[in-house]
Amino acid sequence: MQGTVGAGAVMAAGSGLLSSPTLADGHGGGMAAAFEAENLDDALAALGGQAATESDQIKIKAPEIAENGAVVPVTVSTDIEGATEIAILVPENPAPMAAGFKLAANSVATASTRLKMGKTSDVIALVKAGDAVHMAKKEVKVTIGGCGG
Amino acid sequence: MARKIKIKAKEKDGVVTVKSIMNHPMETGQRKGKDGKKIPAHFISEIVVTANDEEVLNANWGPAVSKNPFISLAYNGAKGDVVKLTWKDNMGESESAETNVK
Repeated sequence: MQGTVGAGAVMAAGSGLLSSPTLADGHGGGMAAAFEAENLDDALAALGGQAATESDQIKIKAPEIAENGAVVPVTVSTDIEGATEIAILVPENPAPMAAGFKLAANSVATASTRLKMGKTSDVIALVKAGDAVHMAKKEVKVTIGGCGG
Repeated sequence: MARKIKIKAKEKDGVVTVKSIMNHPMETGQRKGKDGKKIPAHFISEIVVTANDEEVLNANWGPAVSKNPFISLAYNGAKGDVVKLTWKDNMGESESAETNVK
C-alpha cells in the first residue's frame, strides 16, 4: 500500500482546498486511519467499530455472485435514525477499508458505488449514528478477481 | 489534465437522487507494469457533493473503488437545485462538475 500515508495527508490538506462547505473537523481522523489499516481488526479499530452491534436496519445491496471482481456494485442504505457516517469494508482486500461516506443533515442515508474485490469476501457496512456503531454484512462470491496484473 | 465527470440529478417526492460517473484510472498501487515495477497508486480520495452550496455528502475513498468510479446518493431537495460534485485524488488532481436538478 504505497502512497496511502501520503494520501491521508493529502486528504487532510485537501479538505480546505475544496471550496465548498465541509463538515467541521469531520475530516481525516478515524476514516483516514482506517484506509491505512491492512487487516480488518485495525480498520474496525480506527472506525470505532469493534463493538458494533449487528443491525437489520442496514441494507446492503450487492450481487451474491460477482462475475467480475473489478466492478462490484454495492449500495448501503439504512433506516437508523441520525446516521452520520457509512463505511464499506471488504475484509479480504489488501486494505479492507473501501469507502466512507459522511452524511449531512439533509442527506438521505443511502450511498452506492462500485468496488474492486480481490476474491470472495464479506462486504461489511458500518453505520455510525450518534455514538453507536451498527454493522451488517453480506457475502459476495467473486469468480474473477479485481486485482490482476 | 481534464477528466470527465458525468452527473445527473433527479427529484422525486422531495428526494433528489444524484448519480455520477467520473473518469479516473483508480490505480491501487498493487499492480505491476510491463517493466515489473509497481504502478504507483492513483485514486480519488475525497469527494464533496453540494446542493446550492450546502454540503450533502462527503466521501472518503480508498483504492478499492473501481476504475471510472460511480457514486450515487440522495438528499432532501427540490427541482432546480444546483448540485455540484468535486473530487480530489491522491496526486493532487481535482475536478468538478455541476448540474441542475430535474
